[in-house]
Amino acid sequence: MTEESKALEVQKQEVTTLEDTERTRECQCFIPRADIYETEEDIFVVVDVPGVDESSIDITLEKNVLTINAFIEPYEIEGYAPTLTEYEVGDFQRSFRLSNMIDHDKIQASVKDGVLRLQLSKAGQAKTRKISVTAG
Amino acid sequence: MYRRYRVPSVWRELNQIQRDMNRVFDTHSPIRTRTAPSYPALNIWSNEEGLVVNAEVPGIDVNDIDISVVGETLTLSGVRKSEDLEEGSRYHRQERGSGKFNRSVELPFPVDIDKVEATFKNGVLQISLPRSEADKPKKIVVKSA
Repeated sequence: MTEESKALEVQKQEVTTLEDTERTRECQCFIPRADIYETEEDIFVVVDVPGVDESSIDITLEKNVLTINAFIEPYEIEGYAPTLTEYEVGDFQRSFRLSNMIDHDKIQASVKDGVLRLQLSKAGQAKTRKISVTAG
Repeated sequence: MYRRYRVPSVWRELNQIQRDMNRVFDTHSPIRTRTAPSYPALNIWSNEEGLVVNAEVPGIDVNDIDISVVGETLTLSGVRKSEDLEEGSRYHRQERGSGKFNRSVELPFPVDIDKVEATFKNGVLQISLPRSEADKPKKIVVKSA
């Protein structure tokens, strides 16, 4: 790959609520960092969601909009007082608009070590086709 | 009269005001988060018995993290590997960083190195560092004469 890899970033980015909607949950909400890459057969979406397990992730696909919601229970450590706080703990939320070429029935999702991995299969006609050019 | 300090009193006064203001901002500011100087960001809790250090390090293999305590300094170092891509794949977007990291933090008191424990769950690292026995606060009993 010729692309340079990205440097590690420290700060999380908070979701800014648009318009007048407010979150019903009291904790903060962050935009998780994501990688999206494409192979010949599939599109992969890889999202950093530290502290989340398989039971607390909601993934919905509605009208080509893929929404990832990950919920975190804010915690305190019993009997301890915070001395240094460099990051806040909160939910993650992000949406992506997919093109029509995704096979909606073939979406696989797995989460491991705080990383969510989605595999979206390309629908038949969207697979890369080579077009041969003839001299004429 | 003999004066002990040569600093004009107005500066002392200003220093005092500055300290007071800092204290006000430190204790009453709604945002108490400090920006981490380098990866990973840490949250530290403490009590008289010890410390708990948390860090969000998603996607890092446990074997790729080194935790060491030297004196009163805790060091986390390691590497976050980039994705293994198949031949012929291409990125649409790449926001997740990768590479080596090294973070040291000064602990508020000496810890018992033999009893340091670390757990890794769902991409969150938690290290518990019990305070060394010798450093624990002692209760002083006042005897009545």
